[in-house]
Amino acid sequence: MDIQNHRIVITGVGLAAPNADNLKTYREKLLAGISEIKEVDLRYFGKAPAGICTFDETRYRKKKENKRGTRAGCLGVYCANEALKDAGLSIDHYQRSKIGVYVGLTEHGTVETENEVYNISQYDYNVDYWTHHHNPRTVLNNPAGEITMNLGITGPHYSIGAACAAGNASLIQGVQMMRLGEVDMALAGGISESTGSFGIFASFQAQGALGSADDPREACKPFDTSRNGIVVSEGACIYVLETLDSALKRGATIYAEIIGYAMNSDAKDYVLPYSKRQTECMEIALSRAGLKPEDIDIINTHATGTKQGDIEECKAIRKLFGNAENTYINNTKSIIGHAMGAAGVLELAGNLPAFTDNYVHPTINVTDLDPECELNNLVLDKAIKLNKVETILNNSFGMVGINSVIIAKKFS
Amino acid sequence: MTRDAIKDLILEIIEDIDEDADFDTLLADQPLRDQLDLDSMDFLDIVMELRKRHKLQIPEEDYPELATLDSCVNYLEPLLKDA
Repeated sequence: MDIQNHRIVITGVGLAAPNADNLKTYREKLLAGISEIKEVDLRYFGKAPAGICTFDETRYRKKKENKRGTRAGCLGVYCANEALKDAGLSIDHYQRSKIGVYVGLTEHGTVETENEVYNISQYDYNVDYWTHHHNPRTVLNNPAGEITMNLGITGPHYSIGAACAAGNASLIQGVQMMRLGEVDMALAGGISESTGSFGIFASFQAQGALGSADDPREACKPFDTSRNGIVVSEGACIYVLETLDSALKRGATIYAEIIGYAMNSDAKDYVLPYSKRQTECMEIALSRAGLKPEDIDIINTHATGTKQGDIEECKAIRKLFGNAENTYINNTKSIIGHAMGAAGVLELAGNLPAFTDNYVHPTINVTDLDPECELNNLVLDKAIKLNKVETILNNSFGMVGINSVIIAKKFS
Repeated sequence: MTRDAIKDLILEIIEDIDEDADFDTLLADQPLRDQLDLDSMDFLDIVMELRKRHKLQIPEEDYPELATLDSCVNYLEPLLKDA
């Protein structure tokens, strides 16, 4: 295999975040620390802070198709098309059978199932009223499949279920399939429609892990002593992945090269994270990238604003990066909430423009830093400009003990 | 329910499925599927809506009766005579 084909680059980004529907606006709002987390009112549950995406839902498919499909599919179709547009890439540039679609999901089908149970509750739970759309909407490949139907892609499509590490996991999957030569181009990313599920909010609440604040924009406060849990957000981010060779040949703009990644398992607890394995995961990614901790310019933390989770990740980072004077650390969830299956890729996307503007966007909502979360060069409140940004390490961890790390490098 | 009311009911259901549906040139004696952007899942939506709105249980072998607007009206008229 040509060595150039081992080098996989990101050449397009399509996203929907709670504060933006494109990378440029997203970056501007992250740098300014602008959160648009709102209060939502959920069936059975009531009010909670949440991140809801506003985007042109019918830009790439008709209302009828949105009604038939899922919210995740709608988000996915928008982001996949935006990513191709951003990459300046016609879908026919590659053989449609040699394009892969890999979508990370924390969960899928919860929203649709809850809606359907509610629907039949209006008919005395008579299952004759259960929709025929239920199965195609809830099969786990649904969002990726909706993207292939929309774009006429006939290569492989599937979902990667990896709890809240799923976005990173599917990006890794895309890179691996490209390196294997299984596909010539990949659309890889993550999607979350979880804000439509009362059960997800109720479960976090029952666990004592649902964030709250008088102002919903201040509800997600990783590293702060008053942090009280997660803010659930919907969101999606899809990348165009190409080989470096193909990207250079067509003169594509290259956002970054994926030079390292790792995934591992805690093998320990259903919900509690484990710093030892997180450190190991970062070590593996660094090793694959051929880097040392001090070579990393920015770490995007996974921290969600839970008591124990934030401490564990800080311990993991401190152990590995404690002496890395030039490594700066931020947290994107403080601004956009936790976009679950989209979190890893959406947060990485928010940091990628640092390769050109050299800024590190801030962690917001920290007024009283928890001493157990103190980290060297933790960027709080205001963006800071570095002399150069050439590497980003992106953490994304999930329930039932799954860890993922991506290392992206500036291409020059 | 009159024949006109049944016709309006069917068109209303189709409009709920696809609000962009264009009825201006619709021929009542020609298959709906050929004239509108409808597929088998959409016909199941029509069946479900008739069940929800009028408690009609349409057996699968009768689905072809819903092929055209005219055949819908012919088939549903006796079923909806008291509606």
